[in-house]
Amino acid sequence: MTAVITGLGVVAPTGTGVPDWWRATVSGASGLGPVTRFDASSYPVRVAGEVPADPVSTVDRRIAAQTDRWTHFALQAAQEALDSSGLPLDGGLEVGVTTSASSGGNAFGQREIEALWSRGPSHVGPFQSIAWFYAASTGQLSIKHRLRGPCAVVCSEGAGGLDALAHARRAIARGARAILVGGTEAPISPYALTCQLPSGHLSTVDDPATAYRPFSSSASGYVPGEGGALAVLEDGGSARDRGATVLAEVSGHAATFGSGGFGASAPALSAAIRGALADAGIGPTDVDAVFADAVGTVAADRAEVAALRAVLGGAVPVTAPKAGTGRTYSAGGALDVAAAAYALRDGVIPPTPGAAPADGIDLVSGAARPARLRHVLILARGFGGFASALVLSRHAAN
Amino acid sequence: MNRRVAVTGVGVVAPGGIGVKSFWELLTAGRTATRGITLFDPTGFRSRIAAECDFDPYAEGLGAPHTLLDRHVQFGLVAAREAVADAGIGDAGLADAATDPWRTGAVLGTAVGSTTALEDGYVVVSDRGRHWVVDSTAADPYLYHALVPSTLAAEVATEQGAHGPVQTVSTGCTSGLDAVGYAFQLIEDGRAEVMIAGASDAPISPITVACFDAIKATSTRNDDPAHASRPFDATRDGFVLGEGAAVLVLEEWEHARRRGAHIYCEVGGFATYGNAYHMTGLTTHGVEMAAAIDSALAQARLRPDQVGYVNAHGSSTRQNDRHETAAVKRSLGEHAYRVPMSSIKSMVGHSLGAIGSIELAACVLAIEHGVIPPTANYEHRDPECDLDYVPRHAREARLDSVVSVGSGFGGFQSAVVLGRSR
Repeated sequence: MTAVITGLGVVAPTGTGVPDWWRATVSGASGLGPVTRFDASSYPVRVAGEVPADPVSTVDRRIAAQTDRWTHFALQAAQEALDSSGLPLDGGLEVGVTTSASSGGNAFGQREIEALWSRGPSHVGPFQSIAWFYAASTGQLSIKHRLRGPCAVVCSEGAGGLDALAHARRAIARGARAILVGGTEAPISPYALTCQLPSGHLSTVDDPATAYRPFSSSASGYVPGEGGALAVLEDGGSARDRGATVLAEVSGHAATFGSGGFGASAPALSAAIRGALADAGIGPTDVDAVFADAVGTVAADRAEVAALRAVLGGAVPVTAPKAGTGRTYSAGGALDVAAAAYALRDGVIPPTPGAAPADGIDLVSGAARPARLRHVLILARGFGGFASALVLSRHAAN
Repeated sequence: MNRRVAVTGVGVVAPGGIGVKSFWELLTAGRTATRGITLFDPTGFRSRIAAECDFDPYAEGLGAPHTLLDRHVQFGLVAAREAVADAGIGDAGLADAATDPWRTGAVLGTAVGSTTALEDGYVVVSDRGRHWVVDSTAADPYLYHALVPSTLAAEVATEQGAHGPVQTVSTGCTSGLDAVGYAFQLIEDGRAEVMIAGASDAPISPITVACFDAIKATSTRNDDPAHASRPFDATRDGFVLGEGAAVLVLEEWEHARRRGAHIYCEVGGFATYGNAYHMTGLTTHGVEMAAAIDSALAQARLRPDQVGYVNAHGSSTRQNDRHETAAVKRSLGEHAYRVPMSSIKSMVGHSLGAIGSIELAACVLAIEHGVIPPTANYEHRDPECDLDYVPRHAREARLDSVVSVGSGFGGFQSAVVLGRSR
């Protein structure tokens, strides 16, 4: 069994739709800026990666009113992924949905709790029950495209995007023809941003150009971002039989857990990397580029560098395009998988926007770097101890 | 793939009593734990009843730091402790000579996570809903733990020393079945030898009660809470919200045998499908739930007529009980009319994502003790629900194979098959 990516859709601070987003990603453009979705002047964190385009314009208005922004992102990215894949959909039981979630319909939920507490229980609307909860996007995608196969929602904070892809791959190994898989997040709202503050990892630097500088000695935390990506992950045989264009193969994955902060994550992360390489049947020297987790605190970045050096040595190029989108939590893994897939296709490693010099790794900065890429390693960690590593490979047929 | 999966430990936090022993006593006695809401003042709400846990974190061995985490995390920690101890993995937790922590993982389900803590936190920073741009400086130090649903799995894995694959599953009201299903698959695939698998929810808070009020999903039998959850009964009028947690220890079969563990039963199969129909509505035909049952039975190499008990989702809503009855008939054929099928939600309410794991715990105990828990409050026959729902009284029966089914907002339809160890 092989599981291959045959379609992608992206909504990101650096561009909506794959063409715009990929052009911006290769150029090293940043989508970070002052928070505009509400007046954040009283907040200690005032920079974020916001999606400039309003996705509601592309989503059915009736559904848009019943759902939160994170689901709007998912509906939009899914449409692009399905269109680009050309996957035939017949309403059968062989195509399902898996999304990751690290928070729910934040702004929607805040509005309803506000109505409850300021006006009373009868002012809570009928859609709170389906818009806020973590399964909202999977459910809406399933209904919209009549995807009746295995449906799932995976939560491991920042590791969720990769873990969702691994879950979808298991479903394909068990007979699903394809899974619409990925993650989106919309955490830039007044209460959701407040909830993120106690994690202690957010950057309070006001200048968008320097607020999120992973792997630099002046790393000050991460900037939160919104958006995400959906992929069509398809059984390799199904893709071949219908002559689909394959972007990349998901060839290996492993997830581990190492309780403690990001700074203590090196053992779990290196174990995940080793597991993913073994699953892919490749060795350390076969990895041609790494898309890093890049939390952006000195301790977390040091742990990631230690894990990478322990398994791969220091020579492999490392990049973190998320420095231009902000950390989009579980959506980050999905966006990195999308970027890695196009990197494999185009033979180019996109740079880390705004990177400062890094110790101990070859951090791709400034301009994108042309490279012959066969296997790309993607790393992601989640608050509390989650570690996940995924190998994306150039498809043999390409 | 021939790796078999054993159930070697059970832990439960449920309305009516904490721990497996009191849970099983409640179920076999057919007692109901539904009552008027005490966790907050429900005046002004449409549905004012629930199945609450009488849960004192300190009495259950938790410490002050745990009380800063949402109630569902506390339930999960307590249920996991009981399950791991029951599995005989030892006082040292999973860091035991017989288990490799890197080959031990955790999958925990929850439908609404820390909603209660998020609502409580919001009331503080918004001055009771007066401000859209809230006072960010007043944030509770544990609000980030509340925001992310992964906290449940992270806390359980941390306490138990699991270093293998860990995740939270949040597929609405099938979370508890799906969490056990995902963990089963991870062992099957050789990703782990031992999995802590279960689910927890503590949704009895104003916002959750109000949102079910808004869609009239919950019962308004406010003057008679003990009889309000009436699955399959003709006079049912909605579900009764519950809370709780259950955790199973799943273990690769030979791993369990080598260390001489007590094997309760085997996880034979798991499947889930989406109905792609409506976020809260159900079809009348139940094709997708039937497909999940069929697939789970096929994995377990069982014929429909070998099923000895169906643990129903049986939420006590008009549409669910009809949908599910149709699905079971579609899957089991004539055998559907002979097989006992009951809903423990009649006694412990509907704890959203948690209930799937609580129901699986009930199935494990039913196989172990040879007793089928009843559907309490079942009195009046509904022509659309015409199966044997084990009314009011537990029934003795040797069970070799049982099916537990679930259905959730978002269209999720799941089934798990458990079988007596052979």
